[in-house]
This record gives sequence, structure tokens and C-alpha cells, in this order.
Amino acid sequence: MVGERPSIETVWEWLSAVPDPEIPVISLTDLGIIRDVAWQGDTLEVTVTPTYSGCPATTIINLDIETALREHGIENLSLKRQLSPAWTTDWLTEEGKAKLEEYGIAPPQPAGGPKHCPLCKSENVERISQFGSTPCKAQWRCTDCLEPFDYFKCI
Amino acid sequence: MSDPLFEFCCRMGDNTLVLGHRVSEWCGVAPVLEEDIALANTALDLIGQTQLWLGLAGEVEGKGRDADKLAFHRDVWDFRNVLLAEQPNGDFGQTMMRQFLFDSWHLMYLKALMSSSHEQVAAIAEKSVKEVTYHLERSTDTVIGLGDGTTESHERMQKALDRLYSFVGEMFIDDEVDAAMVEAGIAPDPSSLRAEYDAQLDAVLAEATLTKPEDDFAHKGGKTGVRHTEHLGHMLTQMQWLQRAYPDATW
Repeated sequence: MVGERPSIETVWEWLSAVPDPEIPVISLTDLGIIRDVAWQGDTLEVTVTPTYSGCPATTIINLDIETALREHGIENLSLKRQLSPAWTTDWLTEEGKAKLEEYGIAPPQPAGGPKHCPLCKSENVERISQFGSTPCKAQWRCTDCLEPFDYFKCI
Repeated sequence: MSDPLFEFCCRMGDNTLVLGHRVSEWCGVAPVLEEDIALANTALDLIGQTQLWLGLAGEVEGKGRDADKLAFHRDVWDFRNVLLAEQPNGDFGQTMMRQFLFDSWHLMYLKALMSSSHEQVAAIAEKSVKEVTYHLERSTDTVIGLGDGTTESHERMQKALDRLYSFVGEMFIDDEVDAAMVEAGIAPDPSSLRAEYDAQLDAVLAEATLTKPEDDFAHKGGKTGVRHTEHLGHMLTQMQWLQRAYPDATW
């Protein structure tokens, strides 16, 4: 089919509907790992940066991007990996942070720990472990409601 | 000697591969659940970094070997990791002491590599620094907590330090590969980091109430591949068996 190339904005919109495979409440664009979308001639080039170098979700993310764009009719697609500048939680969108909190994951804070318990909002929290169920999270606990919760590490 | 840059990338990648595999041996059997998860996450970071370093090594070599090929189809004498990384896990204390001794060096070296003249080396270092900062924070806290802990934990940590300290020196030995890296502006001389390392080590050991062994003897032969300890070969039989038994198997 000889159709018109979708605009860059449209592609970004499509990508904002692709959920993160491990934390599906936020999208890949919320996560801030899509660094660039550009047309190189007839080929759509999407630049992705990994969150953590060993994160097993990386290959799934690439597959999800490819599947989504193919479904929208993109035939020539190239996925580029970019390491530098390294991904930082500063790239999480405000909307993404709000969605995390609502889901029960405390969003990253520059201070290095959660602002409050995402469940009861108490500020009395303590760290259980620096690492959690995925590379991007740590385990914390609220000392008021006693619920353990995930904290999205600030890097 | 093969291309010094290839050697350098193998050294970086083999350190993270071998230590990453060692740490992963704890998966499912660590003393408590949180530590199990922390160790598995650390291993995951290290294996991720391995893919970057050995991937670059394969590109530099230009013979069509990728990270998997290098990881699973080389023999023990082709590995370029420091001897410290291949030492067995021992008890949890020994594993964490090994981690601390390695992390301290790793973070300093990676920070220096961030200003490497080689764009990809600098990019991998930039990515790794964020992860290794977490590793060092945790291994330091654990060494202090267990060193300055109960009589039992203190004794075990002292024993671990006594056993592993003779493997520290190798990380700071300069050789012709390092000289070539310095000349190309790719990496610093390892020996230039020793003073800073010692200062950090002394401070942590003091807080952990542990005593650094007086003998400065250093085992060597890992980063050159001349003589690994017997432990690496045994580890590779576990790590490589599937690719050796069923070459290039995929799923």
C-alpha cells in the first residue's frame, strides 16, 4: 500500500499506548525510555534506552514496540539502542509518577526514599531492602499501616 | 597478544560475567528472602553489563563472535577476569566481602572510564556507574553490619577478609594492555587508583572493626589469563554446559 507516512506525533501517540511489560500501569513513554522517533527515508527509526543494563524486560519492550507499530501498518522499522545519556528516573513523566503512586508503588524522590506510604500516606516509612522485585525497585514498609510496598529507585 | 582494546573489553566483561555468575549461584538459597532478591538483582546488573562489554569486544575483534559466543565458547585460559571474581562464594559473609572488595575497585574504575576517549566505553561506564553505586552501598553496609555485629559474624568476616585480601592487589597491577589503553586515552592505569582504594578500604574496615592483613602479597594471573585459580574451570563446567552440549541452542 502506498500510503502517507504517519507523522512523528502520531507515532509518539501510538507508543504512549504501549504499557511497560513489568509495570503495566505506566506506558513506555511515561517511563521515559523512548529517546527519539524519526523518519530516515522510508524507515521509521525508534531510539530506546534501557532502564537497567540487565533488565530482562528490555527484549520484551523492543518486541512490544515492534508489534504495536506493525499493527499500525509500519513496515520498515529500525530499533536503535542508545546507552548515553544513561536513563534516569528524572525522565519519568509527572503523569507516570502519579500512576505509579495510585498503583501502590512509591514514585522516585530526589531525597532517595519515598515521600510517604502510597497506601495510607503516612510519612513514617522504613527501608527493608535496597532491591526489590525488579531492578528498578526497592522494598520499603510503612510503620503506621505496616504494609510493605515497592519504591521506584531514584537513579 | 591480540588487539589491546579487545583484551580490555574482555577484562571488563569477564569480571562482570564471572562475578555475576558466582552471585547468581545464591539465587533461591540465600539466608533471607530480601538478600536473595538483592543478590539476584546484583547478578542481573552484572550480566547486563557483560552483554555490553563482551558485545563491544566482539565488535572490536570483528570475527563475528557476539557476547554469547565469547561467554559460552571460550575455555578457561581465554578468560581475562581478575582472580578475585572467580573465588567461590563460601558463606554469605565471604560472598559479601568479595563483593565489597570488587565493588570499591569497580566503581572507581568505571568513574574514570566515563571520560574515556572511546565513545562506547564511556557510554557503558556511564550506564554501569549508576548500578554499581547501589552495589557498593549495599556491600559496604553489609560488611560493616556483619563485621561490627555478633562475635560469630565478626569472626566470619575477618576470616573472609584474611582469605580474600591476597586477591586485591591484582586489580591494581599495570601491564602492556593497560599501557596501550592509557596511551589511547581509553582507560587509566589501574595502579593510579590504589591510594584512593586503600583509603576507602581502611575507613570501611575501621568502622567494621576488621583488621587488614599485614601481608601485601598479591596473587596474579587472572587478568592476563596466564594462570587462573582452579575454581574458574569448575565454574565454567556449570555455566557453559548447555551451550557445550547443544551448541548454539536457542529457545
